[in-house]
Amino acid sequence: MIPELGQFSLILAFCLSILLGSIPLVGAAKGNQLWMSLARPLTAGVFVFLAISILILAYAFVADDFSVQFVAQHSNTLLPTRYKMTAVWGGHEGSFLLWTFMLAGWMLAVSIYSKSMPIDFVARVLGVLGILCTAYILFMLATSNPFDRIVPLPPQDGADLNSALQDIGFIIHPPTLYMGYVGFSVVFAFAIAALLSGRLDAAWARWSRPWANVSWAILTIGIALGSWWAYYELGWGGWWAWDPVENPPLITWLFGTALIHSLAVTEKRGVFKSWTVLLAILAFSGSLLGTFITRSGLLTSVHAFASDPSRGVFILGILGLAIGGSLILFAFRAPLMKSNFGFDLVSREIFLLTNNVILVVAAASVFLGTLFPMFYQAITDDLISIGPPYFNAIFIPLMSLLVLVLGVGPMSRWKKTSVSYLIEQLGKVALTSLAIGVVLPTIILLQVSWVAIVAVTLAAWIVLSMLKDMANKTANKAARLAGLRALSLSYYGMQAAHFGMALMLIGVAFTSEFSEEKSVLLAPGESIDVGSYNFTFNDTQAITGPNYVGTQADFSVSKNGNELGNLNPERRIYLATGTPSTEMAIDAGFLRDLFVTLGEEKENSAWTMTIYVKPFIRWIWLGAIFMAFGGTVAAGDKRYRRVRERYLKREEQALATNLQVAS
Amino acid sequence: MKPHRRKRLAVVAFIAVSLSMATGLTLFALSQNIDLFYTPTQVAGGEVNIGQHIRIGGMVKEGSYESANDTMRVMFSATDYVNEVPIQFDGILPDLFREGQGIVVEGAIDSNGLFVASRVLAKHDENYMSNEVKAAMEAAGVNTENQSTLAEY
Repeated sequence: MIPELGQFSLILAFCLSILLGSIPLVGAAKGNQLWMSLARPLTAGVFVFLAISILILAYAFVADDFSVQFVAQHSNTLLPTRYKMTAVWGGHEGSFLLWTFMLAGWMLAVSIYSKSMPIDFVARVLGVLGILCTAYILFMLATSNPFDRIVPLPPQDGADLNSALQDIGFIIHPPTLYMGYVGFSVVFAFAIAALLSGRLDAAWARWSRPWANVSWAILTIGIALGSWWAYYELGWGGWWAWDPVENPPLITWLFGTALIHSLAVTEKRGVFKSWTVLLAILAFSGSLLGTFITRSGLLTSVHAFASDPSRGVFILGILGLAIGGSLILFAFRAPLMKSNFGFDLVSREIFLLTNNVILVVAAASVFLGTLFPMFYQAITDDLISIGPPYFNAIFIPLMSLLVLVLGVGPMSRWKKTSVSYLIEQLGKVALTSLAIGVVLPTIILLQVSWVAIVAVTLAAWIVLSMLKDMANKTANKAARLAGLRALSLSYYGMQAAHFGMALMLIGVAFTSEFSEEKSVLLAPGESIDVGSYNFTFNDTQAITGPNYVGTQADFSVSKNGNELGNLNPERRIYLATGTPSTEMAIDAGFLRDLFVTLGEEKENSAWTMTIYVKPFIRWIWLGAIFMAFGGTVAAGDKRYRRVRERYLKREEQALATNLQVAS
Repeated sequence: MKPHRRKRLAVVAFIAVSLSMATGLTLFALSQNIDLFYTPTQVAGGEVNIGQHIRIGGMVKEGSYESANDTMRVMFSATDYVNEVPIQFDGILPDLFREGQGIVVEGAIDSNGLFVASRVLAKHDENYMSNEVKAAMEAAGVNTENQSTLAEY
């Protein structure tokens, strides 16, 4: 009975979102206040019923209701409760419900934090999101209902949650990633609403910016969590595999990064309007593409759900309608988006445009590499795969170029900057960075490593140009400290995110270049040197967990004769499915990670194992944290909260001028 | 030409040049990094050159798994139920590797016809059969519908 309530609630949410996707939009077109004002209550309704739905699904998991097919496939009586509750997103149906629920959450947030916007704009934004929500729920009801029952004979016990998913990473990574992904729907809806109303102005850009920043920040964290989880759970020593399902979030992130920069130009200078709108559409399309790839089963990937062709067709339909529809609207409204070309060839506008071109090219080449096997198969019928070397060959030079521009952009001025000014400001910074880049790694490593030299130079370039810019900005103030305090939050946000980029760059370069790994067979008592560390395999013992049994090994680690501690990797067998699972042991550090994964037992209780030393790997995720922090801080800038007064004042002024002209 | 027109032209030209350079480099990089996928039957038919980096998809043949006692080495066969390819791997197999389970291996054939794998992929969803494995099965005339139902429960 209770699962039927969940289904019923889902249908109610569907009906409400149909209303939300139509009435406020028509109201906004006709200027009907009442119809527009329905947008907020309808949004709240959609949210409430989707929340009830997802809670009931979670309840079905906790109550071990195996008559619900989705529960039977993804849970088991032995599963710990925290995984039962989160097994809601352990498969296609439930994770799509989470996706839709996230959308409803964002819609609710828009309806609450939009007091500063005119009602017709809010009605349009929520209306567009309502249409999306309708399509998502229809998809669930038609092809992937999480509340489907197994009749007449439900199984005694469930098939269990995939053992690789029984981990803290599974609890936090999918919701965060989805929240970031879906956030770009909001920015997309803002762009569509602006196109519909014909009001593509600085105010629109200012309204969009905090939403774009926050979505981008959450997506950054979501991707970083996925990378961190894959790193310690899959135990292959890598943090990014260019997997077809990892790539769409990255594509969305790259478009999103371009978007937040382009929005800055549109807000401050009123130019790049059409480009900004296009980026909003592209970032949103990236998120839909991710759903499509994961759920259609068209591409081979570790993430793919068991596939059903009808789902792929349905999502492709949503994708086609959303992208096609918005592009057609975009074409019709193009004349509105004429910008005045009021800037010079050397100006901040151009540097930000360069940033955008690089990011979009990067996104496009990741897209091409991800979908190329599919196109290739459609044309030649041959199956191929595109390996990481392709992505690295494209990505590394582009990102290096991006970092070079990153140093100049914040220093340059809007409209017009003289080249000699930039050289005067940044010449010394560039030379110092190069000197640090050459000397520092060479002294520390006692060898010439090109990767280290380039990476340290670029990171120093980011940090030093940032410091120089802050020094310039406070130079004329009487007291430095007061000057620093006077700088805006959005400025600090930008600098924090750029600093994060420097950290990530060092992390990526050093991990890729200086990691060491050894796969060996060791008997108890034997030891091995990896890098400058010595690992001794002491012994193994049997362990028993709530839903698994296994073996735990004990290693002691030392460096130059100093004991550093013990590592205890495990090899588990999950009881419900008999699936083996490797739990690696990691000693995480600011400058290096050490970790051990167990393979299998051979003769004389010897085990196969892989031992890794990964320098600077934490810097990758630390960088992501700085980026996300920067995005969030920038969204909190006080000028976003003052929009309404200024906007209304401007409207009044415009009206007054019109009246004067008329009289 | 008016100045603002000239500026606009310069910007458009800049974008066009960078885009076409990027496209050229991308296509070059793509062409250098394609791993072709083969089925065990194609490998047995001699379609693959020695040393060529490829992927093979298939099922791990029941009873084919052997593990050396004193080294890391493991041996098994990938089959599409018509032909099979012997595979050698020096490393730790993924958790979901089991006999009768679909896998994809990356590597190259040596002069003895042994496939030396550099990477072994098993899928994390047990119900899921990758396109590659499915294609290999279908090419060999095995009904994959039954296969996947069998795998499910």
